[in-house]
Amino acid sequence: MAHQFEDLDQQHEADTLGIWLFLVTEIMFFGGVFAAYAIYRWLYFAAFAGGSHILDIKLGAANTIVLLGSSLTMVLAVRSAQVGNRRALILFLVATMILGGVFLGVKAYEYNQKFVEHVVPSLDWAPEGEALKLLAPGGLDHAQLYFFFYFAMTGLHAIHMIIGMGLLLWLVLRARKDDFTPHYFAPVEVVGLYWHFVDIVWIFLFPLLYLIGGRY
Amino acid sequence: MSQPIVPQKTYLLVFLCLIGLTVLTTGVAFIDLGPFNTVAALAIAFCKMLLVILFFMGVRYSSGLVRVIVVAAFFWFALLVAFTMSDYHTRSWTPAPDAWSTTAPPTHP
Repeated sequence: MAHQFEDLDQQHEADTLGIWLFLVTEIMFFGGVFAAYAIYRWLYFAAFAGGSHILDIKLGAANTIVLLGSSLTMVLAVRSAQVGNRRALILFLVATMILGGVFLGVKAYEYNQKFVEHVVPSLDWAPEGEALKLLAPGGLDHAQLYFFFYFAMTGLHAIHMIIGMGLLLWLVLRARKDDFTPHYFAPVEVVGLYWHFVDIVWIFLFPLLYLIGGRY
Repeated sequence: MSQPIVPQKTYLLVFLCLIGLTVLTTGVAFIDLGPFNTVAALAIAFCKMLLVILFFMGVRYSSGLVRVIVVAAFFWFALLVAFTMSDYHTRSWTPAPDAWSTTAPPTHP
């Protein structure tokens, strides 16, 4: 316990409040992008629906489940720290990293697909064949805007995940040194809250990017 | 207020609910509901977010202060979207002379 606190409960309260204040700034950070997305989806709905239909809905849904799974292992890691089970803590932290890695791997494959289909705005924008047929009705320029949003939003999300993976690695190293006890595991809890937040961002990105306009 | 140790079963149950909702939202995308496709997708995402915040992030067991911070954050985000969208939605209601328009206004003889 740090000396400025009355007791462990107060310290725990301060830890939780602190990370939540940081997450509030993150909500506003992502909020700006989401608000911009809302405007342009409303203005150029046909183009956004066309762009959305190019994405692989199966990969998106599978990745959502992988990420939700990583949130489960994360919360179980926090619980293991709470009850003082070091072996389980390390195991669940590593499991969370593996699931995070799977998510990023699938994301990397999806990004590569965009280059194959030439639907990367600015860098490789020359949709043809099937992609062109889907994008043309909404206007190619507006479809390009959709892909700007796709890469900006999933990219920001992926950067957050990479940072989260780094934090998880740091936790594993500290747990191996037996740094955490049932009385002191604030770092595990705080990184957990961050990881769940990143999960929530994806919970919204999946329907907003993959499920526009329905697939019927 | 000490944090309770939540049984693993609770977390597993929440996880299964999240998976169920993911399958549901994907399935609904294949049914034609008109504008309600978007409504359904956002409503399901909101439910998933609540599950994660309340159980995984433990806000269910948090103090009132933490809850106020969380609610305030989303309230602020709602303001951001509401005011921005109300601006864009109402711009066309009162056509104003546009200084940047490429078509020149009729000139006086």
